[in-house]
Amino acid sequence: MTKPTTAPPHRKKLMHTWPLLTPTVGVLLLWAFVPLAMTLWFSFQRYNLVDPTISGFAGFNNYKFLLESPAFLLSIVNELVLVGAVLIITLVLGVAFAVLFDQEFFGRSVARLLVIAPFFVMPTVAALIWKNLLMDPVNGVFAFVARSLGFTPIDWFTNYPMAGVVMIVAWEWVPFATLILLTAMQSLDRQQVEAAKMDGARGPQILRYVILPHLARPMTIVLMMETIYLLAVFAEIFVTTSGGPGNATTTLTYLIYLRALVSFDVGGAAAGGVLAVILANIVALFLVRTVARNVDL
Amino acid sequence: MRSSPLQKFIVAVLGWTVALLMFFPVAWMVLTSFKTEIDAVHSPPLLVFHPTLANFTHVIYLGNYLGALTNSVAISLGSTVLGLLIAMPAAYAMAFFPNRWTKDLLLWMLSTKMMPAVGVLMPIYLLCQRSGLLDTLSGLILVMMLSNLPIIVWMLYTFFKEVPGDIIEASRMDGAGVLAQLRVVLLPLAGPGIASTALLSIILSWNEAFWSINLTSVNAAPLTAFIATFSAPEGLFWAKLSAASTLAVAPILIFGWMTQRQLVRGLTFGAVK
Amino acid sequence: MRFTLKAALTAALLAVPGANALATTITIATVNNNDMVVMQKLSKQWEQETGNKIKWVVLEENVLRQRVTTDIATHGGQFDIVTIGSYEAPIWAKRGWLVKLNDFPASYDYNDLLPPVRAALTVNGTMYAAPFYAESSFTMYRKDLFEKAGLTMPDQPTYAQIEQFADKLTDKSKQQYGICLRGKPGWGENMAYLGTLVNTYGGRWFDGHWQPQLTSQPWEDAINFYVNLMKKDGPPGAASDGFNEAEALFATGHCAIWIDSTVAAGMLDDPKQSQVAGEVGFAKAPVAVTNHGAAWQWIWSLAIPSSSRHEKTAKSFIAWATSAQYVDLVGKTDGWGVAPPGTRTSTYENPDYLKAAPFANEVLSAIDSADPQHPTLQPVPYTGIQFVAIAPFQQIGTTVGQDIAGALSGDTSVSAALQSAQDSTTAAMQQAGYLN
Repeated sequence: MTKPTTAPPHRKKLMHTWPLLTPTVGVLLLWAFVPLAMTLWFSFQRYNLVDPTISGFAGFNNYKFLLESPAFLLSIVNELVLVGAVLIITLVLGVAFAVLFDQEFFGRSVARLLVIAPFFVMPTVAALIWKNLLMDPVNGVFAFVARSLGFTPIDWFTNYPMAGVVMIVAWEWVPFATLILLTAMQSLDRQQVEAAKMDGARGPQILRYVILPHLARPMTIVLMMETIYLLAVFAEIFVTTSGGPGNATTTLTYLIYLRALVSFDVGGAAAGGVLAVILANIVALFLVRTVARNVDL
Repeated sequence: MRSSPLQKFIVAVLGWTVALLMFFPVAWMVLTSFKTEIDAVHSPPLLVFHPTLANFTHVIYLGNYLGALTNSVAISLGSTVLGLLIAMPAAYAMAFFPNRWTKDLLLWMLSTKMMPAVGVLMPIYLLCQRSGLLDTLSGLILVMMLSNLPIIVWMLYTFFKEVPGDIIEASRMDGAGVLAQLRVVLLPLAGPGIASTALLSIILSWNEAFWSINLTSVNAAPLTAFIATFSAPEGLFWAKLSAASTLAVAPILIFGWMTQRQLVRGLTFGAVK
Repeated sequence: MRFTLKAALTAALLAVPGANALATTITIATVNNNDMVVMQKLSKQWEQETGNKIKWVVLEENVLRQRVTTDIATHGGQFDIVTIGSYEAPIWAKRGWLVKLNDFPASYDYNDLLPPVRAALTVNGTMYAAPFYAESSFTMYRKDLFEKAGLTMPDQPTYAQIEQFADKLTDKSKQQYGICLRGKPGWGENMAYLGTLVNTYGGRWFDGHWQPQLTSQPWEDAINFYVNLMKKDGPPGAASDGFNEAEALFATGHCAIWIDSTVAAGMLDDPKQSQVAGEVGFAKAPVAVTNHGAAWQWIWSLAIPSSSRHEKTAKSFIAWATSAQYVDLVGKTDGWGVAPPGTRTSTYENPDYLKAAPFANEVLSAIDSADPQHPTLQPVPYTGIQFVAIAPFQQIGTTVGQDIAGALSGDTSVSAALQSAQDSTTAAMQQAGYLN
């Protein structure tokens, strides 16, 4: 080690990194594995908070009850529909809004502030306000507008429950996408756009060949961050439909919530948690592929 | 090729329409907070009404708003600072000395965030209870920091990667230790990125409503618990809830608006350049 | 004047550390309903009189239940007093999680408590939770609309009559709906109402061997009636209406009949909360086949977790907050209309209260007639009218509630919904060890 500069580069690097990585990796390992290990343990126990007479080893029973429940498969589908729909809406609107608010117009900075405001409203409040004051088919503002224009108000949570939930969640997350993508737009090479225009490219073509490629990386980042948070959505469902009607809006997260905090079935909730971790990792794997393709991490 | 006045006008109309539509629910909430309960559910909805401050006095009198606000500030700032301190060395290491495990490590970190909180509620609850961290600010700061850590590491990593490796290498050659490198070279160069990471972490902690409600009762209860005090009692509650929620949202909204420029500047620099 | 002097004295005493060695701080977890808000306000007097301090944790019902249950089941000891309902009280008392409340001072007057209310909170002869206020369910209707249509609401309508009235009073073009009922899934939401409906149709949740009965004829009849009625005469969005949504509809004049909790009476009669104040009539909960379990019973009560470290102080607070004197105090400071209802005979003998609460007699008779010990026509192994006082019921009720909301929104047929409810209930009972 007398001449460190001659050491192979990767070995030199390895020597330096582990003390720096240890704190983060260490606490995350603790944070991820201790509860996960406990969850795994609980998932094989008969353990109900409100009924201490239920105890002992459960074998795979908790999993069995969960997998046999008719809501289970549907809840995974619902989860994916919810996450997918919100992602699509937020990305499409995010790009549209980013392009729009990238243009100069009167009062643009104020308008931008208004657009990002929903990001700061807590989910429970957002859901209560939307459900009762806006989307209520009798007293709500939307119903009032619809009737004033001569339409029949839409009964969201009866006829299109998932669409109703998606709408609320999307409203909360569009600002985030807009903010990130708008930021990215600002580093777009204007000359490139001008050049494309000179070549006779029209709006859609500019969007397709200039803007979207430029936004690919930030879009991936939005996709990744939002997926993480959208998988955990439950306040919006709880407040608006309580997972119904039927199981129309029961997602896996909501199903686990019901086990954990309505029936206090710790064993069953743990089994759900384990399955959710597996699902999350499948989604993560899928994300890894997209992300790895688009982003030089 | 300048756009014509007509085009500009259309863009302005479109921009403002979008802005007002997106903001409308928030505006309606603020408006509702000044209504009486019966005006709040009035059908058809009222635009003109006698404004009242009664909802605000009610929620402040009963809800310990100042205590909750202080706790929210302490938790979001505390968890962010702690998170940055722990994440920075790791992000530094991964950005400047990557090896073939770096990508996997990063993605593993992010995947720890995909575990639904409610699935691990009981383990975390029991751990907090046994270690005396239940309903304490330190407990909540710790949990909040851990739950945001992956995002913080990842964002810092992308920002650090934008700093030319040569500069770090040069300072290292000059004999600067890791801390000195961080302070002298990284902070000035990646400062805006670090700032926007911090801002995002503050916002996310502020709005986090699962751990903050389930792990607190009195002493560490933040604004999310304050909201739960006024949501869905028996009887009409939308005006009072709107007032409580206006009070809870206002600080972070004003903070967000004030720092928006900073947030955007930082983001431009790194992840989304 | 006396109070201010006392307050100053107490404050002075508290300012000197150690001067008042008896002063303790207790933590009370309670629900954010109006009666508790009044209690929170008035408790300052108790604090001044005793020198003790209270820390309040006020949460919405569902969050409160989560927090209190996790704390008490893990013996966390975060709360000295918890607010629980008549569902939790007997279950938790049997587990030994609650402190006995049988040694209040003589002034408490146990015999003044309404017998069915006291019985619901008593296990093996000992009271484990003190009733703070109680509610039952009854029929509320718009007197003006009934008069205009030439209809008269009998003292106790039958469900057939309710359907006739609702048919007649529905005018969708005016957004006037004949009937409003809960539809939002949850054991404490739609199933609270549907529990009473099934009861009065002669149905039951379980037979003597804990076999679920959800596909039996009474269930079919009751749920079919409910779904048809709501589709014909109910408001849009009913499948996501809970108590609050229905109340908002009634208070803004969109409902002609609403069958729900007796606590709504005071709200609907208050011009500050209701556009139809003064036009609301009250009648008993409707019946179909039997009177058994046609009206529910829910008691918000105060209890002390056995993990509390301030049992004595907590007891003194509960004795104060659930006493007849407290009811008096509310009447004098906040008005008799908001005095906590449904717990004490003396409240209903007080002329001031009877004058301020025109619905008092209907509420009293509803609560008096509710018999959770014998809730159904056929014998059952459980107690509780709109709930079954066993641990797995929260899960069962909520799942069944989802199925029925599905039938209400038209996604599934009633019989399919009930079959699915029967299956999930059987599974839950197996998991809980009631069935093999």
